[in-house]
Amino acid sequence: MNVLHFVNAFFSDSAHWHGYDGIPGRLLEHVQYTLMALGLAAAVGLPVGLLTGHTGRGGNAVAFVATAARALPSFGLLVLIAVAVGIGLLPVMIPLVVLAIPPILVTTYEAVRSVDPSPVDAARGMGMRESGILFRVELPVALPLVLSGLRSAAIQVVSTATIAAYVSLGGLGRYIIDGLYQRDYEKVVGGATLVALMALVTLAVFWAAGRLAVSPGVRRR
Amino acid sequence: MNGFFDIPSDLDNTYFGLIGLHLREALLPVLAGLLAALPLAQLCVRFRWLYPPVLGVTTVFYAIPSLAVFVVLIDYTGQTELTVMIPLAVYSLVVLVPAIVDGVRSVPEETLAASTAMGFGPVRRYLQVQLPIAVPAILAGLRVAVSASISLVSVGALIGNQGALGNLLADAQKYGRPELAVNSVLTTAVLAVLCDALLVLARNLLTPWLPRGKRQRPKEAAARPAPKEAAAR
Repeated sequence: MNVLHFVNAFFSDSAHWHGYDGIPGRLLEHVQYTLMALGLAAAVGLPVGLLTGHTGRGGNAVAFVATAARALPSFGLLVLIAVAVGIGLLPVMIPLVVLAIPPILVTTYEAVRSVDPSPVDAARGMGMRESGILFRVELPVALPLVLSGLRSAAIQVVSTATIAAYVSLGGLGRYIIDGLYQRDYEKVVGGATLVALMALVTLAVFWAAGRLAVSPGVRRR
Repeated sequence: MNGFFDIPSDLDNTYFGLIGLHLREALLPVLAGLLAALPLAQLCVRFRWLYPPVLGVTTVFYAIPSLAVFVVLIDYTGQTELTVMIPLAVYSLVVLVPAIVDGVRSVPEETLAASTAMGFGPVRRYLQVQLPIAVPAILAGLRVAVSASISLVSVGALIGNQGALGNLLADAQKYGRPELAVNSVLTTAVLAVLCDALLVLARNLLTPWLPRGKRQRPKEAAARPAPKEAAAR
């Protein structure tokens, strides 16, 4: 009667591998929610972070937005929006995006701002335009940190996307919520294991992305 | 809004009682996480090879959804506050360990050498030199941990009224009173902002030597350690 026993029972039950409540389908839904939320958050956080980091202005605004977004409780926001606008994808996406923006925004801002000023000055002295400085000097140097911000946002979203099941959507949270109400520990533990595995895969993806995208000269430091 | 502060009787608590409960359920785990993170981080600083595996294991812990941990823990600790507090303590630990490690590591070599030359032993050097210099980094980690903890307590509502202010969310649905959900979200957010402000104040009081009010010049910024939010998790 331990956790491993439940994990084993969950994964060896073939009923969990087929149909609309099967692991492949739920996994796909979970990946969809995660990518959608992360994409939306990155679409907001990255440009704002790059711009504020490059100009060095708006640091206080960035800190304020991050503090406010962190203060909003994900689960409370989910229930509140679900009560207000009804069940659907919107009540899930808003809390997830709010959750993912602070790490992306703050890290990008800090990463660009803390780039060594001498290559930036050199680039400016060589006559590079501001956009060139940002994308060809600052961004490559800041990339490892920018990626780490995206990574921590991704991990949090993977873990928190489970709440989608609370408003009757799918995803791996389905197993956890259903297991809770059915008093079926096997399901809960199985679902949690899948989420943890997905987090590990996320880490691996970001590690690989770092290897591919970060210039060797920056990586060696 | 009518009945905004009219707490349903099934919660068996007043509005301010819920706030107190929420703060206790959120902050005690952070404290426990901090007390566990300090020695663990020191080990990671001391033995460098230990840090990557510790970081990996704690990141996986962090990815396990709180609700799943709550449900599994019910078997051992029952439907109590402790069930909510244990995972929150673990999450805090995960956020705090990298923050402390990076903070302590960012202490310049010459500062350490100077303190050694002044006759500081390892313990005194840690308490009087390394920790104070690491305070901004540690406090940055604490800010993230406290906000996350305050936000996550609400999920405890799902395991049977263990979510303090989060219980209002469940009641909002049960009794069809959306104003209770608004109340819960707003109060939780205000608590998080207030705690955050207190931590910023504490940081400013603890590090009187840092420049205040002005943006640091780029040179200083470059010398600064990596942002803590990135390193966390």
